[in-house]
Amino acid sequence: MGMGLLFDATRCIGCGACSSACKEQNKLPGKVEEALTAYTWTTVQEREGLNVRRLCMHCEVPTCASVCPVGALKKTPEGPVVYDAERCMGCRYCMMACPFEIPKYQWDRPVPVVGKCIMCAGRLKEGKPTACAEACPAEATIFGKKEDLIWEARTRIRQKPGAYVDHIYGLTEAGGTSVLMISNVPFEKLGLKSNLPGEPPAMKTWQVLSNIPDFVAVWAVFLYGVHWITARREEVAKATANGNGRNGQGHGREDRS
Amino acid sequence: MNTTLATLAPRRFRPGFWTAVFVVLFLAFCAVAVIRYTKGLGAVTNLSDQFPWGLWIGFDLLCGVGLAAGAFTLTAVVHLFNLHRFEPIVRPTILTGFLGYAFVIVALLLDLGQPWRIWHAIIYWNTHSVMFEVAWCVMLYTTVLAVEFSPVVFEYFGFHTPAKVIHRLITPLVILGVLLSTLHQSSLGSLYLIVPSKLHPLWYSPMLPVQFYISAIGAGIGMVILESYLSKRAFHRHLEMDLLEPLARGMVMALGIFGLMRLQGIARNHAFGTITNLSYEGRMFLVEFALGVLLPVALMSFRRLRSNPDWLVGGAFLAVLGFVMNRLNVSITGMEAASGTRYLPSAMEITVSLGLVAIGMAVFAFAVRTFSVFPDGPVAGAKEPSGRS
Repeated sequence: MGMGLLFDATRCIGCGACSSACKEQNKLPGKVEEALTAYTWTTVQEREGLNVRRLCMHCEVPTCASVCPVGALKKTPEGPVVYDAERCMGCRYCMMACPFEIPKYQWDRPVPVVGKCIMCAGRLKEGKPTACAEACPAEATIFGKKEDLIWEARTRIRQKPGAYVDHIYGLTEAGGTSVLMISNVPFEKLGLKSNLPGEPPAMKTWQVLSNIPDFVAVWAVFLYGVHWITARREEVAKATANGNGRNGQGHGREDRS
Repeated sequence: MNTTLATLAPRRFRPGFWTAVFVVLFLAFCAVAVIRYTKGLGAVTNLSDQFPWGLWIGFDLLCGVGLAAGAFTLTAVVHLFNLHRFEPIVRPTILTGFLGYAFVIVALLLDLGQPWRIWHAIIYWNTHSVMFEVAWCVMLYTTVLAVEFSPVVFEYFGFHTPAKVIHRLITPLVILGVLLSTLHQSSLGSLYLIVPSKLHPLWYSPMLPVQFYISAIGAGIGMVILESYLSKRAFHRHLEMDLLEPLARGMVMALGIFGLMRLQGIARNHAFGTITNLSYEGRMFLVEFALGVLLPVALMSFRRLRSNPDWLVGGAFLAVLGFVMNRLNVSITGMEAASGTRYLPSAMEITVSLGLVAIGMAVFAFAVRTFSVFPDGPVAGAKEPSGRS
């Protein structure tokens, strides 16, 4: 199941330490921006009196990784969805397809790449938590094994009935994510998509793509069959016109058609 | 007629009004390209993080590929269904198809963030990606079209052996072309299967791949008719009404099936309410469906109208227009609400698209003047007798 992050909107004080730590860790230029950009991989937004973090959700079956024609985006077993800028050719299908609208582009550069949170994949390899979780003074963002985080979230919801919406955002959304969120305000009011299917969107295209080899075989045989029949008909018609095609190689029984 | 003109008028190319239009568009296209490569996509387009795909994908890619579908349709009709009477319009259709794909590739070279890596699709594979499949099919099918057209060029230079070899291989070549076309024409629709939560229910459907395939056949035939008409006006050719009329019948069938599938998709999504309340999307749908499906189907169902060159061209124009509106609605209108923004292409984006169309038409004109694209040989360069064309 790998590692993940749990964000508790009721605990966030909106100090922005996570965003600054992220900028520093990933050497991103400029100030922390209001919304996510290619240079701001996480940010804290105020909604309904609460502070909500925006960051890549790190889907279990990432839509971005499934649509990328060159496999520049990948889900690692540790949890992070990582991006290989060296492969990316800039088609931006990941941005179009991501159900959480996370990948952003360097529109201002002649040699642009995609920017998005990579869950500090490098730090994780060294056994360290993400920079944002380490920087959080309020323990609003905690880092850990995903199964432990689910247990922790369930415990918090159960221990204070009514203090939380009875749903862990990210448990089922788009097939489940490594980043989980809990809140006392309905998630759509916090600007999080609430119309996401429980099945990973990638399955919808895979249903079509996985049938292609069979389809090609059947369609090729059909097309050749059409050609064979029409060509044969022509041949027969010609032979019939030339006096019943008696001089042929024993195709007589088809002459009737 | 043609020979008289050829003897009367000088074969030399005489620039006229349309040449001037072409030169202006071409220079503007080059200027935008320079800015795009030095300053980035943000400097020339209205694209944004909220709206990453715009006119260059919606029109140049989706329409460019779709409108080139006449080539695989007609080669199948002639070489697989063996309806050889359509032979005279195959060459110009293959040429149009090839130029259509060349148009798409040039557009991609502008739209991709790092176009010099376009070959990455060859070495880095992701078979789960529809875009990967489209990339391969477009690459291979463009090659197939080039090979299908190459005998025309070989003949010109007097190389008869390669022309003969290709003639021998035409059946497998055409089958390969139809296979590749079926795959990527439908896959352009599959590109949008993955955004059920973003694409408006008036356009989202699990049947998008089939819809895109059928509509490409309809619009591809429409383009064959339009291209014949434009060639007639520009090069004083006659309109092959005996061939175009039955083709228009095929177009009506494709449009009809497409229309029914569209209605079925909307019914499945319970989205008729978004039409009746005349929302932005509802109005766009009504224009698309009335002008692009209902009207051409109604008009072209009458044999009398199909057999009249003016009505026929009008019907084909509506089919192509409706097709373009449908593709733009899927890629732009239908995606706006979920993105939370409005997208209108910038003047520079439009310049690039128009410039590419102009370049395509200029290359077509050059090719038919040079090679035996039409059955009666290269057309005379004379443009002046018509004046208005």
